[in-house]
Amino acid sequence: MKLSKSPWILHYDGSSCNGCDIEVLATMMPHYDVERFGVINTGNPKHADILLLTGSINSQTAPVVRQLYRQMPDPKVVVACGICACDGGIFKDCYNVSGGADQVIPVDIYVPGCAVRPEALIEGVKKAVALLDEKRRQEKIAMQQGYCTVDYGRLSVHTTEEDYEEESREASEQPPVPEDEQTDPQEAKEETS
Amino acid sequence: MAVSIIIRVILYVLLAPVIGGLLEGLDRVISARMQGRQGPPIVQPFYDVYKLLNKQTIVVNSIQVLFIMAYLIFTVFTGALFFGGGDMLLVFFSLSMSEVMLVLAAYSVNGPYSAMGAQRELLQMMCYEPMMLLLAIGFYVAQGSFMVNDLIGATRPAVIALPGMFIGFAFVLIIKLRKSPFDLSTSHHAHQEMVKGLTTDISGRDMGLVELAEWYDTTLMMGIIGMFFVTANPVSYLFAILACAVVFFLITLVDNTHPRVKAMHMFGITWLVVLVCAGTNLLILNLIK
Repeated sequence: MKLSKSPWILHYDGSSCNGCDIEVLATMMPHYDVERFGVINTGNPKHADILLLTGSINSQTAPVVRQLYRQMPDPKVVVACGICACDGGIFKDCYNVSGGADQVIPVDIYVPGCAVRPEALIEGVKKAVALLDEKRRQEKIAMQQGYCTVDYGRLSVHTTEEDYEEESREASEQPPVPEDEQTDPQEAKEETS
Repeated sequence: MAVSIIIRVILYVLLAPVIGGLLEGLDRVISARMQGRQGPPIVQPFYDVYKLLNKQTIVVNSIQVLFIMAYLIFTVFTGALFFGGGDMLLVFFSLSMSEVMLVLAAYSVNGPYSAMGAQRELLQMMCYEPMMLLLAIGFYVAQGSFMVNDLIGATRPAVIALPGMFIGFAFVLIIKLRKSPFDLSTSHHAHQEMVKGLTTDISGRDMGLVELAEWYDTTLMMGIIGMFFVTANPVSYLFAILACAVVFFLITLVDNTHPRVKAMHMFGITWLVVLVCAGTNLLILNLIK
């Protein structure tokens, strides 16, 4: 038995034109019926394994996406659905759009398309569940070796020794932030990373 | 006697999750077929619980874990009492206790959706508890005993004396099994106005335990449905299983054809059905005696 037998999905619309949302819902509908693979649309981050993000991220939705990601229990996978969620799409140059979903949280699978086709979406979810198993395996090994911690500041799970080394190397490379610019430590961290 | 009770209890504790899980899987397959879909494999609930047990558990308030464990233990205890041949009244009291534990688990996290779910769960309990008590009284009036051991040794099936009780109990079973239109506190479908309510802040292993407890609960409820048909004659068990299948199918049908109702609406409908069906049944039974 594997975790990938029962991927529960959380769907969030960053700021899309709704085209991708309709395609996501169409994938859940009888014609494509992803419940064949055990997929359930949960609507609750604490039960979800896969976060489906549609649309680009703007300054209003960024904190929401970040919070949803934090509330999901590990192991978890993020799938960016549609070109807007991948890199901002046609909204890229808008003054309020900060780009794709990877600007705020770590994205694992990119599914491009405008709007994303259900077939592509199923392929993306298939890759996501494979990654879910892989992440669980890594976590197990890390737990046996004694280090598996969650860094909520960077929204990442440290499972290997390299993760820690990378972290400390990046920290040493960071230029010191002047006192007056250090208003929000959360934002400061994102800008540098 | 004592040995047979222990064997039955052990069989229940071991087999009830399997039966409950398969019933849930069956329910999902039948629902999917009703909606024109292929649906998940029948063992999907087992995959789900396996996954939940292997996920990270986010505990909001540490007392939550205690309440969820208590919910599971009380549910198993209730079922063991019933299948061990215990007192019907005690079965229903301990069933309420297990529900209260789940409500407390939801209240303890202090989240808005959990609190809403917990309040609605209490409302649902108000709807089905009278039926449960009436049922125990009905069995006593009809068969002369509260003990399950005596009831299954009856000469004629209880449903002959208690047809109204049977309808009333099958009706409140919609609430107990968390099916639409009365799935106010927590739902299995994502198209409702509040989806997970009661279990919003329960994740990972704890959620797995809640699912497990629900399987035990489903098996117990099917057992009570079977009680209406079981007599000393072994053939009656066949009828009991048949009745369980019919009731389960009807509940799935209702689940798929009815949208969720408002809490007060549910309150009105359930009490009306319970009073008219079960109340009248009890009254007539008393007059005949």
